[in-house]
Amino acid sequence: MVVALILVLVAVGSVAFHLLSPWWWTPIASNWSYIDHTIIITFWITGVVFVAIILFMAYCVFRYRYRKDRRAEYEPENKKMEWWLTGLTSVGVAAMLAPGLFVWNQFVSVPEDAAKIEVVGEQWQWSFRYPGKDGVLGTTDPRNITPENPFGLNPNDPKGQDDVLVQGPEARLPLDKPVKVLLRAKDVLHDFYVPQFRAKMDLVPGMITYFWITPTRTGTFDVLCAELCGLGHHVMRGKVVVEPESEFQAWLQEQPTFAQSLARAGTGTPDINLASSEGGSEPLERLLK
Amino acid sequence: MPAPAMSPGARPRRSRVRVSRVLAVVVAGLLGGAAEASAHVSGSAAAAPGLIYLIVVGATIVLSLIAGAYFIGQTLTEKPWLPVPGKVVHLHDGRASSLPSATLGLRVFLAVVAVVFSLLVAAYAERMAFPDWRPLPEPWLLWPNTAVLILSSIALQWARVSARRGQDEGAKLGLLAGGVFAFAFLAGQLLAWQQLRATGYFAAANPANSFFYLITALHGLHLLGGLVAWGLTTAKLWRGVEVFRVQASVELCAVYWHFLLVVWVVLFGLLLIT
Amino acid sequence: MAHAAHAETAYVPPAEVPDVELYHPKTFLGKYIWCQDAKVIAIQYAITATAIGLVALVLSWLMRLQLGFPESFSFIDESSYYQFITMHGMIMVIYLLTALFLGGFGNYLIPLMVGARDMVFPYVNMLSYWVYLAAVLVLVASFFAPGGPTGAGWTLYPPQAILQGTPGSGWGIILMLASLALFIIGFTMGGLNYVVTVLQARTRGMTLLRMPLTVWGIFVATILALLAFPALFVGSVMMMLDRLLGTSFFMPAIVEMGERLQYNGGSPLLFQHLFWFFGHPEVYIVALPAFGIVSDLISTHARRNIFGYRMMVWAIVAIGGLSFIVWAHHMYVSGMNPYFGFFFATTTLIIAVPTALKVYNWVLTLWRGNIHLTLPMLFSLAFIITFVNGGITGLFLGNVVVDVPLSDTMFVVAHFHMVMGVAPILVIFGAIYHWYPLITGRMLNEAMGRFHFWVTFLGAYAIYLPMHYLGFLGVPRRYYEMGETMFVPESAHFLNAGMSVVALIVGFAQMVFLFNLAWSAFKGREAGRNPWRATTLEWQTHESPPGHGNWGPALPVVYRWAYAYGVPGAAQDFVPQNLPPDRVATAADVDHEGVRGVAVQPAE
Ligand code: HEM
Ligand SMILES: [Cu+2]
Ligand SMILES: [Cu+2]
Repeated sequence: MVVALILVLVAVGSVAFHLLSPWWWTPIASNWSYIDHTIIITFWITGVVFVAIILFMAYCVFRYRYRKDRRAEYEPENKKMEWWLTGLTSVGVAAMLAPGLFVWNQFVSVPEDAAKIEVVGEQWQWSFRYPGKDGVLGTTDPRNITPENPFGLNPNDPKGQDDVLVQGPEARLPLDKPVKVLLRAKDVLHDFYVPQFRAKMDLVPGMITYFWITPTRTGTFDVLCAELCGLGHHVMRGKVVVEPESEFQAWLQEQPTFAQSLARAGTGTPDINLASSEGGSEPLERLLK
Repeated sequence: MPAPAMSPGARPRRSRVRVSRVLAVVVAGLLGGAAEASAHVSGSAAAAPGLIYLIVVGATIVLSLIAGAYFIGQTLTEKPWLPVPGKVVHLHDGRASSLPSATLGLRVFLAVVAVVFSLLVAAYAERMAFPDWRPLPEPWLLWPNTAVLILSSIALQWARVSARRGQDEGAKLGLLAGGVFAFAFLAGQLLAWQQLRATGYFAAANPANSFFYLITALHGLHLLGGLVAWGLTTAKLWRGVEVFRVQASVELCAVYWHFLLVVWVVLFGLLLIT
Repeated sequence: MAHAAHAETAYVPPAEVPDVELYHPKTFLGKYIWCQDAKVIAIQYAITATAIGLVALVLSWLMRLQLGFPESFSFIDESSYYQFITMHGMIMVIYLLTALFLGGFGNYLIPLMVGARDMVFPYVNMLSYWVYLAAVLVLVASFFAPGGPTGAGWTLYPPQAILQGTPGSGWGIILMLASLALFIIGFTMGGLNYVVTVLQARTRGMTLLRMPLTVWGIFVATILALLAFPALFVGSVMMMLDRLLGTSFFMPAIVEMGERLQYNGGSPLLFQHLFWFFGHPEVYIVALPAFGIVSDLISTHARRNIFGYRMMVWAIVAIGGLSFIVWAHHMYVSGMNPYFGFFFATTTLIIAVPTALKVYNWVLTLWRGNIHLTLPMLFSLAFIITFVNGGITGLFLGNVVVDVPLSDTMFVVAHFHMVMGVAPILVIFGAIYHWYPLITGRMLNEAMGRFHFWVTFLGAYAIYLPMHYLGFLGVPRRYYEMGETMFVPESAHFLNAGMSVVALIVGFAQMVFLFNLAWSAFKGREAGRNPWRATTLEWQTHESPPGHGNWGPALPVVYRWAYAYGVPGAAQDFVPQNLPPDRVATAADVDHEGVRGVAVQPAE
């Protein structure tokens, strides 16, 4: 009796916790509300099954508790019931998988007109690159990385000269424009994660990975690293500011291009250097000793 | 109900075929997978050939498991709660096959080793697709080495057949020759390494080199392990133990040798065509 | 001939299966230390696994202290925190759960349950344990090595695992890889035994489909392990070469802290594929034995045949097979070609079907049963709840788009703890309460047991259910501390503190359990023969607890499946597998005393 009651309480309590929990996803700031919808569908289907199974179990525990004068029914199997259960489960699974794959298809199909932004990760800071006027990101190579050229851009690639470099932890994105976020790591795996965007992806040294989003809400959002990357993993933070196109363009104009930063480096005043960049937060310096 | 006639000797024998067939499926599947991989390699335009190959390995395992379950227990559709009138099910002696346990054990072990090498091949195929891959020239020594390994296998086969016939001398000679050839093979492999290093092909210089050293080392280590078993068997025979008492060990050694030969041929072929 | 049970054939002579050549210990050392008896090896495995598991448990407290009360414990710094996480995860998954289920339960139960005298290769079996012990010692050594153990996360992803920015990238990772290689070698030795014993050493009448599901679960899990561990082995060896010789299997061109390293061109994703090609089956290596054992616990304690036995067997085989083609669901956001997402999401969700069927059949076994709420039954009920809960969140994570926001968050931590931490551990507890009387001849103390059960089950549930919601919120996993954010509310810190407190309480309950284990061995109530009135062979041995060679003079003969509970027409509500058919209706002597000797002296 008590056990059955506790089982019921576990089921009811779980549902109550779900409904009343103050901890829930952050208000979305991208086009991936589809993902949220898929989660809701999944919640409904699995939630019903979860509650049904536990309640049925509680019922059995109560109804078929031990009595001396009774014997269990001897019924090795029930083919018909098992087929029904298989069928229903398959339907339920399909009902979750189908919308999932449908949305995934959108996720992997980057719109033709998506703008590009490159996110570069290294232990333990972020930096960003925009393609500049020509709309094309110049080529890079780890061999080119020097204190003057922290992005490792190819100095001889004309397409890279106008690339806009943001050597700080804050990126900006224009509102309502699809962007393809290209991801590159200098040292180890990282993961570019903005909870409000829902999308995330690992940065893998030696590869360029990507995902795409359309920011749908202005504001400032935390960037976290979501792939263990060493001691400073948890302090590898940044910010993304989503703002209307015009403000974004104005901001972009103020940032140095690759050509400019090289020129400045040539005159002995590199404005890009590890220690002075905003990424060098206090705990980070402690880690680096 | 009359008890069905049952004499203790009436063991069902047919299960033997099944099990060996299953294991054949497993091993052949895995090695067949290897051939698949080399196909990918030659036309390596395909994206992520190693990954696809890995899926092939996985799928092969899935099929083998399911096929294995089906064959080993054709009884898998038996309704165990029903009595089986007239069927000699109680005389079932508990064995899935009439193979000696050690033989079956060895086959399972070979399946494991086959997976190890299949995965290496998968990794090889995947890594090859990267631009820094510079194929290394196979040292010519590998050809004679292969020949020696073949001789070693033949010698052990001879020992095996002799042991079956109870021919003491043949078994001794076969074992001895097989072991000597195997050691010669290992020495040859070391020489091949020497050759490579002398010409500047160090392990860390290029992934092709790294794979070459890794694959040959792992294969060599397996052979070395086999030589331990070989040593024990040979020592026994030399101490005058009768041949039929070591026949089982000789069988196992021979099977293991043939297996390692096949693995080597596949790996060598892989090195050659890439 | 009133009922089917009688229609089974009458007396059958015991098998002529040639007895395994038994190893006979001569000295004390030979009996308890260098022992080849599977039962002793099982205990050795179990004690070692529990000991190292306790280390992992203590590590989890330290981690919880740090997460619940950040900045309060100066002795937990970033490096030690990441080292704790790594060692905790690795120990729990490999050195505790895998070793305990296969090396512990496998060794003890397989020979007994299939009616064999021992494993088929006892010497190799003994070696297996010693190699495992060596692996554990090497692992422990890494705690004391310069730089401490590795802090790369239990997934050991390169490049970070072998680079300066990760703690323990010197000795730590080298010892870890060496220990894993040893573990795999040791396991392979044991695994060959388990597989061949099941295939070749079953007693007369024990067809495959008469085997208890426990044996099925362990058998298939062993096959998975034999085929999956090679991937970890190959990955470990290659990473070791990258670390020691400077090869570039997994290492691309890297600029670390402004310095260009010698590596070039390698593929970090290749390691991830190898790791998860092992890692996903590993989940089922832990889960399948738990599935099998819990089936037997439920059936025995509900006094009802397991519902849909054949479906249960097929499901185990199907799940085991499918588990080899779902691995990349751990890599949806790893940067692999995203089109693989379609394939792996589909295969992953397909696995849910046989898995769900198993759950239905457990519950349907309760239905119309005659349920004893014994401790093993309570743990089984708790297992069903936590497993269903964790299975459900698995459907979230397997469905590729849903995984994108949730991967690498606390949702994942909550998910896998529910499904492969809490659920299998609950089965282990249930199994220990169930088989302890067989091993020691005494029952575990009931009051302590109930305390242990309720605290462990409700406590663990209270830790991990809310943790999912931190994941929804966006709290990443493997964070030393959350620090400043704009989206994590103050209340989340209270939640974290609460989970930590509960974790400590749950930990305390485990101490009570350990005390119970020790105390009951001497003071526990005498169990007598077959206290649960179970049908399976391990309870029908010649001596109880089973002695060396398990079966006295002759092997048992099996006449029926393992689930003859509540058979109409039988004298008792259970019919042991080896009770000759002619005695089923009358065997009033089949009581708590069991059916000793029926195989030896059949018709009276
Ligand atoms: C009372 C019991 C346990 C507690 C309190 C506990 C707690 C934790 C905590 C706090 C983490 C770190 C989460 C993070 O920040 O990423 C963790 C990680 C982990 N735990 Fe447990 N755990 C327990 C039992 C188990 C068990 C039984 C298993 C066996 C499967 C397990 C497997 C893991 C694994 C694999 C990780 C991931 C390690 C990594 O991220 O590399 N834990 N656990
Ligand atoms: Cu990170
Ligand atoms: Cu998985």
